[in-house]
Amino acid sequence: MATRRVFLKNSGLAIFGIGSSPMWLERTVAATTNKKILVVIFQRGAADGLNIVVPHGDKAYYAGRPGIAIPKPGANEGATLDLDGFFGLNPNLKSLLPIFNEKKLAIIDACGSPDPTRSHFDGQDYMESGTPGFKATRDGWLNRTLTDDKTKSPIRAVSLGPLLARTLRGSQPAVALNSVKDFQVRDKTAGEDYMSRYAASVDTQLKGTGKDTFEAIRLLESLRKVEYAPANGAVYPNGRLGSSLKQIAQMIKANAGLEVAFADLGGWDHHVNEVGVTPYTGPLANLLREFGGSLAAFYQDLGPRMDDVVLTTMSEFGRTARENGNRGTDHGHANVMFTLGGSVRGGKIYGRWPGLEREQLYEGRDLAVTTDFREVLGEVVMGHLGQQDFTRVFPGFSSKAPLGLFAASAATTTKSS
Amino acid sequence: MGKILKTKTFGLALITLLLALVPLDAKKVIASLARFNEKLSKQQQAEHTLSRLSFGVRPGDLEAIQKLGVKKWIDSQLNPQSIPENPELVAMLATMPTLALSTEELVLKYPTPQVLTAVATGRMKMPEDPQLKEVYERLSQRYNARIERKKTKDEEEQLASQKGIEERLRRRVGAMTTEERSETLRKLAPQQAVASELIEAKIYRAVLSERQLNEVLADFWFNHFNVFLDKGADRWLTTAYEREAIRANVLGRFSDMVRATAQSPAMLFYLDNWISSVAPAVNEKVSRVAPKARARGLNENYARELMELHTLGVDGGYTQKDVQEVARCFTGWTIEEPNRGGKFRFAERVHDKGEKVVLGVTIPAGGGIEDGLQVIEILSGHPATARFISRKLAQRFVADEPPPALIDRMATTYQKTSGDLKAVMKTMLASREFMSAGAYKSKMKSPLEMVAGALRATGATLTNALPAAQAIAQMGQPLYRKQEPTGYSNNGEEWLNSAGLLARINFSVSLSENKLQGVRIDNELYSATAKNMGAPEWQRR
Repeated sequence: MATRRVFLKNSGLAIFGIGSSPMWLERTVAATTNKKILVVIFQRGAADGLNIVVPHGDKAYYAGRPGIAIPKPGANEGATLDLDGFFGLNPNLKSLLPIFNEKKLAIIDACGSPDPTRSHFDGQDYMESGTPGFKATRDGWLNRTLTDDKTKSPIRAVSLGPLLARTLRGSQPAVALNSVKDFQVRDKTAGEDYMSRYAASVDTQLKGTGKDTFEAIRLLESLRKVEYAPANGAVYPNGRLGSSLKQIAQMIKANAGLEVAFADLGGWDHHVNEVGVTPYTGPLANLLREFGGSLAAFYQDLGPRMDDVVLTTMSEFGRTARENGNRGTDHGHANVMFTLGGSVRGGKIYGRWPGLEREQLYEGRDLAVTTDFREVLGEVVMGHLGQQDFTRVFPGFSSKAPLGLFAASAATTTKSS
Repeated sequence: MGKILKTKTFGLALITLLLALVPLDAKKVIASLARFNEKLSKQQQAEHTLSRLSFGVRPGDLEAIQKLGVKKWIDSQLNPQSIPENPELVAMLATMPTLALSTEELVLKYPTPQVLTAVATGRMKMPEDPQLKEVYERLSQRYNARIERKKTKDEEEQLASQKGIEERLRRRVGAMTTEERSETLRKLAPQQAVASELIEAKIYRAVLSERQLNEVLADFWFNHFNVFLDKGADRWLTTAYEREAIRANVLGRFSDMVRATAQSPAMLFYLDNWISSVAPAVNEKVSRVAPKARARGLNENYARELMELHTLGVDGGYTQKDVQEVARCFTGWTIEEPNRGGKFRFAERVHDKGEKVVLGVTIPAGGGIEDGLQVIEILSGHPATARFISRKLAQRFVADEPPPALIDRMATTYQKTSGDLKAVMKTMLASREFMSAGAYKSKMKSPLEMVAGALRATGATLTNALPAAQAIAQMGQPLYRKQEPTGYSNNGEEWLNSAGLLARINFSVSLSENKLQGVRIDNELYSATAKNMGAPEWQRR
């Protein structure tokens, strides 16, 4: 158990005079040690899971994608990086291979939403609300993982980017931030004036958002002043996801009470020319390098701290099993999810593979869903965050076939709930 | 008298009793619906009308609308051509030549990489105009130098150095006035000129136009039929798209706007329909050599978004089968050379001539361009479309959760008038719900509304609108750069978050201290107003 003084020193938050540290900081201090953290990454636009984790052992994969399939594992340039003799990684994800080999990265294939929608908007909405098929749900599942404890930090729940992600909306305060560095009112006196005006507002929504904002500004004050240097030689790729994850890492290491964080990366909707001159180059390849490189840098940067962190990825649905007429793919159904972290039982591909032969496909065209995305997230929420009230987070869903993404001890906790 | 009072009391008690029996959620709905029956004061009516049908109140606007009468003011706004345009705006727009050019002229005067390559390789003639020739030569030299560098540097380094050049240029032109930048970019980075003029013009119009409702509607409908400026050829196609497919139709017939967008190169390119073609027959020999020759077959992208986002709405009752059938109807709707400013073309050769069934309607085999045209008529005339469009308009102009009874009346007007958007607007604007306490100040301003509104309220003089555009992007709404076809949310709640709030506050601080480049306010008169713009009571309209 760290004392407050030690904590302040370690976290770089010593800027506050000891006597004047705000209440939430006091509370944060007591509660931060080894708090479990969940990072959620959304690949918006329906990523082509079949070209991300390649089922190279399924010959229908190659039959359906003559122009865009990633070549079988082998010595050739651009070949699939084999994982288990049947599945392999797109070569542009080679930065993730060591994490898989260290058994800290689990891949869950053929998973997705039970709702048949092929609408980006609805698909994302369902995956963020955690209630597929129900549009009226106002809050998001990630917000519902937050409980009413008294140790709330103003940056307990953070969404990177200019808008608050749907999945973080709800009864618990959550902040959206573009960049840690710029998170301040430029003029200090004006800042105080606005703070009191928001505090006095009769508009409850704006009053609440104002309060969350000004508290987060104060907390992040000391982080803004130092240039963040990633540890262990980690290099984040340029681009939105790299920058988001770098800032999430910074906030985690500051021990400032972060519990859940959200970031997204768009541009996965490849109806046309998904691949370039060769199947392992082109738009999807570029995105995957950014995606894999960002995840790997985050993992490397956090080092042993990954024991407290789980990062999980998702996309609203997959894409057609066969390529379309334009070297691209159209909206499909099941997809692939990545989950990585110190406590994850990785190095394995989870889920039942339904096959890609025509009669095995969903509606004759798409990879079928054999694992509900809530199965994955449910295990993360219970096994990692230790959230006991599963039905609050995913109302109406009950686990059908536990995957066992977390170690036995965590699984026991799961059962006892 | 006493009896009446008693009856009234009894009635109230009964209502209270009934309400007690209704579940809590439903009670909330009933209570909030009641607010749409509450009237506004005269002063509130004027404020409310300006806040919804314009980008905000300028000094003097309130007095003017009250003098003319709210109803008359609305009528005139519904007939924008009857309002003389602000000469200041006309003069400003005249300094941005790309706005009025046809796409054909645009790609020649502001050449695309493809046009430059074509000239460099002799496939196209070098322009004769000496000024233009100079531009082409400079750009070709730069292009060749880049090819040379490519041989020595690796891809990432190459990209980084290119980004560096662009960044420096961006910073340099960022400080210029609109007029100076327009000229500089034309010579040095023509494709940036096209984008920046489009973006700046939107802000100038929002702030300065006398035809405010027209500008609000142009913003609304562009967003409804969203295209993404940074998707390849769309950089050159969006200017004409907004001008000809959107602006020309905002108070016209809805089906005309659907057809104009369906045949616009910008939409055809953005949602990939231009390369959608009849799938090659199973036994047809397909070339395995060139990828281009293989690029044939159905692409569902446009067909799906046409139904989900443009017409029926996602719950409008269509199936995956309908998506495929609609896509088949639109095969052959393509563009003549998108990167060279080409026009819409119907390519008979790649059109699927088989029979199709769309929403239960059989479209007989052997058709051509009329297949797609018929789909547009079916979709535009569908009751689901009438409701979807009415609800979306009401969400923009009335409230985030508009009363169902109002949507019904608007949808009825839509059906009766075959989708006359002006008539639908009239039904909405004359409704008791529009001019009610339920609507009044209930909507969060979008970033564009917030910034344009602040510039209007402070009587700001604008010589460069890019810094304002950057502020809008910081708040979460980069103009013309919503990548997804959904457009930005019409629900005001979307904009309520800490990042956005902070960006709004910082914008107001800069504005009040006259630190926003290209924008000047009269400090003595409007500094306090500018500062207010970041306060909670100014975030709603």
